[in-house]
Amino acid sequence: MDSTAEKITNMQGYKLHVIETDKYKTNTFVWKMKAPLTKEDVTKRALLPQVLQSSSAKYPTTTALRSYLDELYGATLFIDLAKKGEYHIISFTLEIANENFLSDRTPLLKKGFELLSEVLTKPNVTGNAFDQETVNKEKRTLKQRIQSVYDDKMRYSNVRLLQEMCKGEPYALQVNGEAEDVDSITPENLYEYFKKAFSEDEMDLYVIGDVNEDEVKSIAESLLKFDDRTPQKAVSTETPKKEKENEVKEQQDVKQGKLNIGYRTNIVYGDSDYFALQLFNGIFGGFSHSKLFINVREKASLAYYVSSRLESHKGLMMVMSGIDLKNYDQAVGIIRDQLEAMKKGDFSDQELIQTKAVIRNQILETIDTSRGLTEILYHNVVASKDIKLEQWINDMEKTTKEEIVAVANKIELDTIYFLTGSEAVK
Amino acid sequence: MEKINFDQLQEELYHEKLPNGLNVYILPKKGFNKTFATFTTKYGSIDNHFVPLGKEEYVKVPDGIAHFLEHKLFEKEDGDVFQQFSKQGASANAFTSFTRTAYLFSSTSDVEKNLETLVDFVQDPYFSEKTVEKEKGIIGQEITMYDDNPDWRLYFGLIQNLYQNHPVKIDIAGTIESISHITKDLLYECYNTFYHPSNMLLFIVGPVDPNKFMDQVRENQAKKQYKEMPEIQRKFEDEPVQTAQPKQVLEMNVQTSKCLIGMKALHVDQTGPELLKNELTMNVLLDLLFGKSSENYNQLYNEGLIDETFSYDYTQEQGFGFAMVGGDTENPDKLADQLKNMLFQAKNGTTFTEEQLERAKKKKIGAFLRAVNSPEYIANQFTRYAFNDMNLFDVVPTLEKITMDDIKTMASEVISEERFSVCQVIPKK
Repeated sequence: MDSTAEKITNMQGYKLHVIETDKYKTNTFVWKMKAPLTKEDVTKRALLPQVLQSSSAKYPTTTALRSYLDELYGATLFIDLAKKGEYHIISFTLEIANENFLSDRTPLLKKGFELLSEVLTKPNVTGNAFDQETVNKEKRTLKQRIQSVYDDKMRYSNVRLLQEMCKGEPYALQVNGEAEDVDSITPENLYEYFKKAFSEDEMDLYVIGDVNEDEVKSIAESLLKFDDRTPQKAVSTETPKKEKENEVKEQQDVKQGKLNIGYRTNIVYGDSDYFALQLFNGIFGGFSHSKLFINVREKASLAYYVSSRLESHKGLMMVMSGIDLKNYDQAVGIIRDQLEAMKKGDFSDQELIQTKAVIRNQILETIDTSRGLTEILYHNVVASKDIKLEQWINDMEKTTKEEIVAVANKIELDTIYFLTGSEAVK
Repeated sequence: MEKINFDQLQEELYHEKLPNGLNVYILPKKGFNKTFATFTTKYGSIDNHFVPLGKEEYVKVPDGIAHFLEHKLFEKEDGDVFQQFSKQGASANAFTSFTRTAYLFSSTSDVEKNLETLVDFVQDPYFSEKTVEKEKGIIGQEITMYDDNPDWRLYFGLIQNLYQNHPVKIDIAGTIESISHITKDLLYECYNTFYHPSNMLLFIVGPVDPNKFMDQVRENQAKKQYKEMPEIQRKFEDEPVQTAQPKQVLEMNVQTSKCLIGMKALHVDQTGPELLKNELTMNVLLDLLFGKSSENYNQLYNEGLIDETFSYDYTQEQGFGFAMVGGDTENPDKLADQLKNMLFQAKNGTTFTEEQLERAKKKKIGAFLRAVNSPEYIANQFTRYAFNDMNLFDVVPTLEKITMDDIKTMASEVISEERFSVCQVIPKK
């Protein structure tokens, strides 16, 4: 597990995380920016990285910027948005070939670094505004991206569940922002927001590959400097106590019904019972040996996919499945029974051992990819913790059946959402 | 056991063909936690017309049976193989494509046991009438899930436009109707014909000792009895060069329209280095025409005809092949026209500069390096290449040799009205 030895340095305005490993044929940079999720900013934050990655001062058109990336042996640059707890996180990822595996040995690391810094800090700006044409194009793309959620029913029903379940909480906001807020963004107010984000966000740079920490540090020092800041904390909202379970049915022209059920786990990353929660999820629905898969799919033959997953910073668990419209009651019933079984401790030592083995394997596999490793390490930034991976695995393996049963009894069903076809709604 | 060195990539590949015909490849990967293994048969959705082992007449089997078989192989008399893998800390899966069915696991511990489980479960089928019936409900849900997926419908709609007879036009999972005809006897007939070791390839990649693992596989196979296998007789109806239809529009419950244009391949009898060169040349041509750094891409994006879902790809195997270009769009007809124009301009001599070609090749070489970071990519693609008599590790040297003349010849030969088609998904009124 040496490859996860993460060396962290406080730089000016951000933290640098270097992971030296020789297992990849490329080097990867991930630049992360985190701020509290707010209705006011979320749409601008979705648009901003799109504008930044489409051109820069030195490469003022997409063609120029992308040609240069191609020239650097097809370096990839892409952006990604995520919600973690009540935070909105922007990531820029640049991956570039390690020249040791090319016949042309021109060093590429520094060039990649320079390009990333160009994209982040030297945008295509006139006066106090981004390039008008770029902003217009990217607004159109953003609108299409927001709209496209509707067309992917699996994603759509998940978004709808969260909207219903977290009404009034920041987490109900969509990761790509809200369609109605796109129009009011201008090249001026977006540029204003750009300056704000780079002076207030919590920022982290991960560099992973066959690199030398000192070299990376000195390049980072010369290229990326920002004002020091104290990052804003998300205001932790009290979860509104619901009197009873919420059931929402929505009708559309679909052949398969999408069943999404949301639970409050009341446990987040960093809590002492977080690893017990991971195991709970694994036995309950996370894998193909879990209770949901066995009972809903293998025994009752109701679904092709059925699983549960955790949102570690918000304290949610989501079950998702695609079922025939007429099987709603039966499927919901079976899923309820599985949670009840967990609460009663109705699972074997074998299931527990099996789940520990699978989770351990999952973690070790995840850190085999530079992206997966970054995501695992970044949990500590989001939660302001310092949990080492070894500790994560050890604590998970020490977890007892009693602790898992205790976790099961903290979990509350909040909302059942069902996207259904026309014939099923009475 | 032979050892093949790839100096530029600093990789070593070990290979042995066992007495029963099974090809085994092992690629040690230092520094990785995970070992990934695939056990693949050269049998996919297109192999629906063949002479079953031990018989003389051709039979046609129900659509979707290769995929159905893949599902059923996981179930044994004493339970589910998924359980076995997870007890050993592995995650297992499988997939069926047009030409292959692959079974796989990844694990970071108990790798020997998991490998044994993989090979043994694939080589020990257990089908019963009861479990076959039960599976119809599960796969029925998989089929309806895809029915609601506009991107899948668009993709298959285009293939159905392009192909008149070839079974590539049949949905891999079949239909609820077609799978209702599947029986345990039919499954055994397909299994016995296509799962002989001589029609299969085992690939292991990870932090492994190749000698030890090759010994293990050798020993495992020596314990099993396989008769000498005659060559499998598959039949494909003649496929005209022309498309089945020039256009198809599907109305679905979507808000954004989608448009995909396709070009049916020529020279689909190619194999080996010839096929590799053809496939890569076409992909470089598409990059020159539609890559993010191309003028065309920029123009389409500026006009608001494409967004970030825009993509393109070319794939070719023995008997079929197609190029596809498109994505979400506000104006599916205009996008179709523009893409078609751009293709035909290339046919009629759009000139690319040597500099553009070099850049496109560099981009592909970098993409290959990125891809070989992934054990999954290596195992899956190596197998696909090997089944077409190509070598995955020839990609970079083959790319380096592509010339402007190759690109021009490709454009002028392949792009043609009679092989061009459009498929669109539009919002239901």
